[in-house]
Amino acid sequence: MISLAHPKNLINRGVLGINQRNTDYIMRYNPRRLYPLVDNKLQTKELALKAGIAIPKLYSIIKINHHLKSLENLLEEHREAVIKPAHGSGGSGILVISGKVGKLYRTPSGDLMSLNAIKHYVSNILSGMYSLGGLPDRAFLEYRVKFDPIFDDISFKGVPDIRIIVFRGIPVTAMIRLPTSKSKGKANLHQGAIGVGIDLNTGCTTHAVVGNKSTTTHPDTGRSITNLQIPRWKEILQIAIKCSDTVGLGYLGVDIVLDRVLGPLMLELNARPGLNVQLANQRGLLINLEKIEKIKELPKEINQRVALSQSLLISSSKGCLHEGTYTM
Amino acid sequence: MHKIVVIFWSIVLIAIGLAIVFHKTIQLGIPLSADEKTEIWTVQARLSFESDNRNVKAKLYVPNVTPGFVKIDEHYISGNFGLNAKISGDNKTANWAIRKAAGEQTLYYLTTVTRSDTSSSWVTIPNYPKAPKFSEPYSTAIAKIIEDVRSESADTASFAYELISQLNSSDANESISLIKGLARSDFEIASLVIKLLAVAHIPTRKLWIIGLSDAANNVEPRVLIQVHNSDEWITFDPKTGSTGIPANHLVWKVGNTPLYKLENGNNAELKFSITKSYIELLDLAKQNAEQTGSIFGQLTLSALPIQIQNTYSLLLMVPLGALLVVFMRTFIGVPTFGTFMPILIAIAFRETQLFWGVVLFSVIVFVGLLIRFYLERLRLLLIPRLAVILVVVVILMLLISFVTSRLGLDRLLSVSLFPMVILAMTIERMSITWEENGAQAALLQGFGSLVVACFGYMLMTAERLTYLMYVFPELLFVILGVCLWMGRYTGYRLGELLRFREMKT
Repeated sequence: MISLAHPKNLINRGVLGINQRNTDYIMRYNPRRLYPLVDNKLQTKELALKAGIAIPKLYSIIKINHHLKSLENLLEEHREAVIKPAHGSGGSGILVISGKVGKLYRTPSGDLMSLNAIKHYVSNILSGMYSLGGLPDRAFLEYRVKFDPIFDDISFKGVPDIRIIVFRGIPVTAMIRLPTSKSKGKANLHQGAIGVGIDLNTGCTTHAVVGNKSTTTHPDTGRSITNLQIPRWKEILQIAIKCSDTVGLGYLGVDIVLDRVLGPLMLELNARPGLNVQLANQRGLLINLEKIEKIKELPKEINQRVALSQSLLISSSKGCLHEGTYTM
Repeated sequence: MHKIVVIFWSIVLIAIGLAIVFHKTIQLGIPLSADEKTEIWTVQARLSFESDNRNVKAKLYVPNVTPGFVKIDEHYISGNFGLNAKISGDNKTANWAIRKAAGEQTLYYLTTVTRSDTSSSWVTIPNYPKAPKFSEPYSTAIAKIIEDVRSESADTASFAYELISQLNSSDANESISLIKGLARSDFEIASLVIKLLAVAHIPTRKLWIIGLSDAANNVEPRVLIQVHNSDEWITFDPKTGSTGIPANHLVWKVGNTPLYKLENGNNAELKFSITKSYIELLDLAKQNAEQTGSIFGQLTLSALPIQIQNTYSLLLMVPLGALLVVFMRTFIGVPTFGTFMPILIAIAFRETQLFWGVVLFSVIVFVGLLIRFYLERLRLLLIPRLAVILVVVVILMLLISFVTSRLGLDRLLSVSLFPMVILAMTIERMSITWEENGAQAALLQGFGSLVVACFGYMLMTAERLTYLMYVFPELLFVILGVCLWMGRYTGYRLGELLRFREMKT
């Protein structure tokens, strides 16, 4: 027998549904003219650079099939790189090259690809396979993030990323997405990655879900994934706030990765962030969204906003059981 | 703020729609549901041809004796032609003539009929026919067949029945198989049966009937045979031997001559279109002609030309399908490929019927997916690959048509009405979803699309709803209002209740 949640229970828990997210938040707070800023990752990168937000370095842009000739040299120069479509949605169309074996290129999942296979892949991106509505697209090569060792035991062959939802410039909820073998190393919840809720106040992981089911350990490594301290948490919140100021969208999803050397880097922005973050946190979004909506005059100064965000939930925990390698 | 405005418009639209419906039902007396007895059918015969500046004569047979039906109304659209309609024997003809006519010519005959128990019957009494001559080896074979049949029958009717059933039996003897080789099409079989009965000096003739189905264009007339037993005409189906005129068929003409005759015209084409309506609407139209009281009475579909009526009786159902999609997506959260793709599939189902529609859709998408997965290895550019899938879909449809035509499953020939571009896009998107989000997501979306298409089909073919939309097109305002209201629904979807079931209390 399939059990369903009672709508009343969901209302009490402040769970935001897709219909309400679309009408009351996205349509109200995100002007359509600003969408291109986040839908085109190249534009997002440009904006972030201007605003002084740290991002993975852009190596090269491939605009037309003719540019594919330069791909071999580019991959010679950058042994590790990530190829992305400028308009890919939901992490689609991303190819990670983690090294070279003889004449073949290796991906993190262990597959080997020939240069021609990569060229075909990029040409698919250019013809719009991953873009909305199949419009012709651009591809770009960027720095491959070397993720923080804290994630070594709780991530499967991929980069975990932190998703923060920023509402009217205040972070209202956060989670970290951990790749699994099922998600083939991708940090995409729909493909089987784990979503772990983060306490905004402390930066500690709280509760985890795979798909729609609760869990406490990583299915591949068996290591505990709750009660983990995310390093440089305040810094991460500050970046999220800066991103929101830069693009001007009132309801924004910010994806941040932690690089071993470079620290937190903004990966991409999302004008229609998903709702699974509520399951990961076991807490409805509406609770914080409504709190922020009630405040007429929000503070302008970034640290004040971080403080406001951290005060949204009076958390009972005083810290985490496991300490991260980095401290503020 | 906006929400109130939306709800305001939604209520206004629904109120307008319902008010017109109430006005029409209460003041004009149109019932909310159809009664079979009040169904009326309008049949249109359209004769078109080309002429090159000579005098043209066209003779078209039109219904005269119509058992089971009564003609309410008939009229001719003749253009510049002179018209003379006359009854001779059991038939009626429309005779058009013009001194000079050049180019494309079109003549119409329209009749409105309704069911009736008052019997109308044929008056012609035939002569005994002369036996036709056959060459060897046919004449010996026919003589044997006639002898066999005669020994097993008692009277004219049973003779005819026995002959037809022997001709159509599966374990036929040598003489039967030899004779059967003479006739292939239904028309030829009817002619053959008539010839064989003439050998036994039994008077016969052909009977042309038109099947009455709603919103049908290009209807092919069927040919039955009639046998006279010196009292009355008895009708037989030359393929099955069943007697009587099948239900829902209008008798168009009797006799062996073709349905029309043309002098000095080329490329002649005769087409039949049929549409169903209701007596109340006809009365309404008459009422309004007498006293132009309500403008809403004049805004009925029956005022439009018949092919246009047929188009609209389908088009009016599409908004209902759209309403269903909105409901399934906003309230249930069923994942589908493309927003209105399921509705286009549902429209195709109208021709194939539900079960075969689902089978055909699944087969085409499944085989298409297999080929698409192979294409992935060939590394084609996106647009050429889409074109390849489109061509593959057309080939699949053609193959299905060949196979089903061989098997005699004529209904499945309408696979050609499947929206092939939509199918090609579905295959492409399904394969991408398969790779990006896994087989489960792809199959779920494919299944979701199919489920919505099935519901869409059931909704769009429901007799009652078809009647309502046809008679009360103002219900479109109601649909519009409901769509507006659903556009501001901010509650949970059923799918979300499932998705968030792990939210602890």
